[in-house]
Amino acid sequence: MSTEHAPSNATEYIQHHLSFNVQPVGNGMVHVDSVITAFVIGALALGFIWWVARGATAGVPGKRQAFVELLFDFIDDTVKGIFTHGDRHGFIAPAALTVFVWVLMMNALDFIPADAAAKVTGLFSDEWRLVPTADVNTTFALALAVWFLMIFYAIKVKGIGGWIHEIFCAPFGGHPLLWPANFLFNVVEYVSKPLSHSLRLYGNMYAGEIIFLLLWVWAATGLAGTVFGAILGAGWAIFHILIVVLQAYIFMTLTVVYLAMAHEGH
Amino acid sequence: MNMNLTLVAQAITFAIFIWFSAKFVWPPLLAAIETRQKTIADGLSAAERGRLELEQASKKSSDSLREGKEKAAAMVASAEKRAAEIVEEAKSAARVEAERIVEAARGQVEQDIQRAREELREQVATLAVAGAERILRREVDAKAHSELLTGLKKEL
Repeated sequence: MSTEHAPSNATEYIQHHLSFNVQPVGNGMVHVDSVITAFVIGALALGFIWWVARGATAGVPGKRQAFVELLFDFIDDTVKGIFTHGDRHGFIAPAALTVFVWVLMMNALDFIPADAAAKVTGLFSDEWRLVPTADVNTTFALALAVWFLMIFYAIKVKGIGGWIHEIFCAPFGGHPLLWPANFLFNVVEYVSKPLSHSLRLYGNMYAGEIIFLLLWVWAATGLAGTVFGAILGAGWAIFHILIVVLQAYIFMTLTVVYLAMAHEGH
Repeated sequence: MNMNLTLVAQAITFAIFIWFSAKFVWPPLLAAIETRQKTIADGLSAAERGRLELEQASKKSSDSLREGKEKAAAMVASAEKRAAEIVEEAKSAARVEAERIVEAARGQVEQDIQRAREELREQVATLAVAGAERILRREVDAKAHSELLTGLKKEL
């Protein structure tokens, strides 16, 4: 059922690969491909770590456990460096692990050539966008969840009164004349945090996808296009390894930074 | 770039994943790593303790060795001193004994001389009386002249 819709020109090809599988659920619409891909890849990655963690020994670790412990130490060290406001093992550190692993795996799906992945996803539907983090809904969902956690911790640590006091009295000072300026500053900060958090990741992954698609379009235009498309595609894929890991790391670090900031009084 | 219910679905997935990680993934890894860290720390401190104990033991053994040597040297010294004393005592005892023997011998000799002189005197007196008797024969009465003879004897 997929071959009937084979794109005839470049515009159609790119549009086809950038459109989601949208299905109505209740009163709204859902990108089924993003949700299912994100869940499956996250469950696989976290399930693997869980499987290793279940059999983890305190004695001499095997190679598989050593790999997972390497990841664990990397996350724990990062969190330890940023979050110094109490027990990190209860929530912050596991949340950071989840964010890093999940985002990394979702980003890494970008390495699978779009048309090769379609051989598998095409079995379910012709419309299937593979990279969930190139869907702004996904990145915004994560950023908003972190945003709500940030407010939750700010209120939990400072109390509702302390939090409101901080919104009006920080960062410029507690003088009543400065209240509007403080309030405006804090509103901008609270709005910009989730936006920059989510759009940075989304923009990077979306741009990476587009560049791949453009290269694949070029690769279909003849011998020279195939050669250069292949060489540049390889180059971009190698550079994309950096972006995939770096963006996952940045997203995790910002998550921890925002939650740590929520614990700090001004 | 259209926002829709996907956002909610992804947020729910996110929440489930965080809960799963915090409940089932993080604690066992943390426990395993911390237990291992503790084991390693214990091992290191035990090694350090063992090293200190070894140091102390070797110090103690060299101490007791030195002490034993000192004791032995003191014993030898006191034994030598005692031996010298014994020799000295024996010498002085021997000297005293010798003197005593010499003294006794000298007394004996003195006595013998005295006795010999006494005997000699007796014999001379007897000889003198016998001579005088022979010369005077009749005229001399031993009884009448014993007083004179005794006086003569004394003079001898």
